[in-house]
Amino acid sequence: MSGDRRANLGWCIASVVLGLVLTALALVAVGADPFECCRVMWNGAFGNSAKFANVFLTWIPLTLCSVGLLIAFTAGLWNIGVEGQVVMGAIAAAWVARTIHLPSPVLIPVLFISGMMGGALWALLAGVLKTHGKVHEIFGGLGLNFVATAFALYLIMGPWKREGIASTSGTAPFGRAAWLPTFSDGLPAGPVEIVLTIITLATVHYLLHGTLFGLRLKATGKNIRSAFWMGIRTNCHALGAFALCGMFAGTAGAFQAVGVWHRLIPSISGGYGYLAILVVLLSGFQAGAVPFIAFFFSAISKGSVALPLDLNLDSSLGGVLQGIMALLFVLSWGVRKRLRRGKAPRVT
Amino acid sequence: MRIELKAIHKRFGAVHANNGIDLTVAPRAIHGLLGENGAGKSTLMKILSGFIRRDSGEILLDGKRGDFKSPAEAIRAGIGMLHQDPLDFPALPVIDNFLIGHEGGIMQDRARALADLNRYASHLGFDIHPDALVGSLTFSRRQQLEIMRLLSFGAGILILDEPTTGISPPQKAKLFETLNLLVGEGLTVLFVTHKLEEARQLCDRVTVLRMGRVAGELIRPFTTDQMVKLMFGQSPAGSVRETPVLGEPVLELRNACVADGRLRVQSINLQVRAGEIIGLAGIGGSGQHLVLRACAGLDRLATGEIRIAGTQMNRQAYGSFLDRGVAYLPAGRLEEGLVPGLSLMEHFILTDRTGGSFVNWGQARSHAQEMIKEYDIRGTPDAAIESLSGGNRQRALFALLHPDLKVLLLDHPTRGLDVESMKWVWNRLLERSSHGTAIVFASSDLDEIFEYSDRVLVFSGGRIIGTLSTRETSLSQLGELIGGNGL
Repeated sequence: MSGDRRANLGWCIASVVLGLVLTALALVAVGADPFECCRVMWNGAFGNSAKFANVFLTWIPLTLCSVGLLIAFTAGLWNIGVEGQVVMGAIAAAWVARTIHLPSPVLIPVLFISGMMGGALWALLAGVLKTHGKVHEIFGGLGLNFVATAFALYLIMGPWKREGIASTSGTAPFGRAAWLPTFSDGLPAGPVEIVLTIITLATVHYLLHGTLFGLRLKATGKNIRSAFWMGIRTNCHALGAFALCGMFAGTAGAFQAVGVWHRLIPSISGGYGYLAILVVLLSGFQAGAVPFIAFFFSAISKGSVALPLDLNLDSSLGGVLQGIMALLFVLSWGVRKRLRRGKAPRVT
Repeated sequence: MRIELKAIHKRFGAVHANNGIDLTVAPRAIHGLLGENGAGKSTLMKILSGFIRRDSGEILLDGKRGDFKSPAEAIRAGIGMLHQDPLDFPALPVIDNFLIGHEGGIMQDRARALADLNRYASHLGFDIHPDALVGSLTFSRRQQLEIMRLLSFGAGILILDEPTTGISPPQKAKLFETLNLLVGEGLTVLFVTHKLEEARQLCDRVTVLRMGRVAGELIRPFTTDQMVKLMFGQSPAGSVRETPVLGEPVLELRNACVADGRLRVQSINLQVRAGEIIGLAGIGGSGQHLVLRACAGLDRLATGEIRIAGTQMNRQAYGSFLDRGVAYLPAGRLEEGLVPGLSLMEHFILTDRTGGSFVNWGQARSHAQEMIKEYDIRGTPDAAIESLSGGNRQRALFALLHPDLKVLLLDHPTRGLDVESMKWVWNRLLERSSHGTAIVFASSDLDEIFEYSDRVLVFSGGRIIGTLSTRETSLSQLGELIGGNGL
């Protein structure tokens, strides 16, 4: 097992390095200096304490989404719908923030709980479509993503529009009580949220590896027929995995609304639902690797924002880099399988 | 064209599907290939038609070596195969199916294809509309279309794998007429079947396979009896088990009907008593599997009634069958029973229905070690289940079963196992039976059925055509009944 994990880590690092090399080649091809790029991105991510804190602002929702996906992937569910679940979490939190007025210490937990429920219910919808409607979760999730995004846009431009003018820049800000307290002025992400995220990650790791529920999810994911034969209620477990995954995505959405934007904006999800898929793939489905990869990806995302300003390069370069890395790592599974088949004598 | 297969070997994991098969097929004749399920017929034919690759051996066509990497290469050499399950495109019209696989430019010559299709159809007396969707055609029409398609490639050898399964007697007569016509025009036909009567009617020569080897060859005229002997072997029919002490009825089917998309088994009446062993015989796919699954609670009855130890269980979920001491051991060990990717220990944790919500890994490990010892499994608690050999996988499945069962249902419990593991399996089963567990098992090994069952249910095409007591029947009577000759 540990040998397997070590091999995973080795291949992960190799994929990252090769990804960097390939991206550098692409940069050279368009006449840019890769080293200069690196420096700019580094500065963009870690240049000062505010920027560093910003990386964590991305890291928190990205890690939460990844944690949810770990559960879904363990159950063999390709929950592409995380993106929409983030949006619905944000919408649910925004709805409560706009309608209920409570003192901040009470309101903030209520906001997060409503975000969790929003995400979980949206995920359950994809789940029921799968278990009872035979709609594959990839298609169900993808469809629901569009619906969720369109719904957010409708709310922003319609019922929840700003006084006077409707604008795609979002709704009016929530009342101050619904703002997640910040660490200190200018540093948006606080250590409390970071610690809570890490605790969440550890809890999910234990759920997957220390409980019967986790083992049943794993069995369901690896062979649903055998799992059913063993007496596992596979549909219930699949729905449970959907709900939990959606719950974490919804938490991320609530964090985006309450902690980052303090209002609902059209691109409230920040694309973390999709990016988290890459994070989990690159982690080799290991909870222990997720926070580091999520951090690395957050740094790339934040760092690449500086590219257009300093180098006149598009910031999507960060996405290219992340995509190539995940792709290379997934490719390494195939390579490894082939190597193993070539080497090992067939067991009969 | 003359075909020679020399010392063909093919292994699938531990199963030696083709074990040094020699076969010579004379041109312009119908050559039958007979054998029980799992005898290796389909494997051999798929090797000949390029669908799968042999491990070793030689294929000679008119003395020249043939080595096909794909069905496309085989058909270019003149070998076409009609598969048991049609490999056509139900969503496409007949004419498109007919065209598929033909080489040509970007633009297809549909007019010529249409003329070809009509020419073949009128020559062979087939009535197929070119624009009909293949999915809307009967099974028999789809066969006809496939035959015409293969002929249009210039096939000189036609392999038909169990072509009479799922077609009506008049359709069968038409098929035989067509084959005779084509052979008269110079075609060679390889006819794969397990139906003795058909082989006797149609074939000039038959080769019988048994457990991956050639059991013998017969040249016309031959009798059904000769074929039965080759197919099922001639073991001494004296090893019937002693009359056991039977208890209360534990499993009852009353006027039950089970069905899936392809097969419907009707009016099943069965009462199994504690300690009894029932064998389900018959060619594979005749309904045994469906009945076993229904008894296990995995599929619901279409009509009728099922009772476990007196309680009506029609609307109960699989879980409550498990709770009442019913267990089913599937034939596909790694597909339907075990979870590849999980360890042996994890399997024991999952099937332990007494555990709490949290996994105690230390305890789980020692429990797994005990079970490994008790069931003589060659593997460690951490061994991935798929790394075990077939025999050890079956031992693991047995170890996962609850120790105290009322009814144990088994689908091919010894398929693919070596002699030692087979013995082990039956010792375990007899032990359970002596403690009052009722056992119902399906097997294509007639010796096994005969040796261990108290009663045998013979299935044929979705019907139970006979219920026999092994103490009052001979092995060859049973063989003939399965072969479709009646008693």
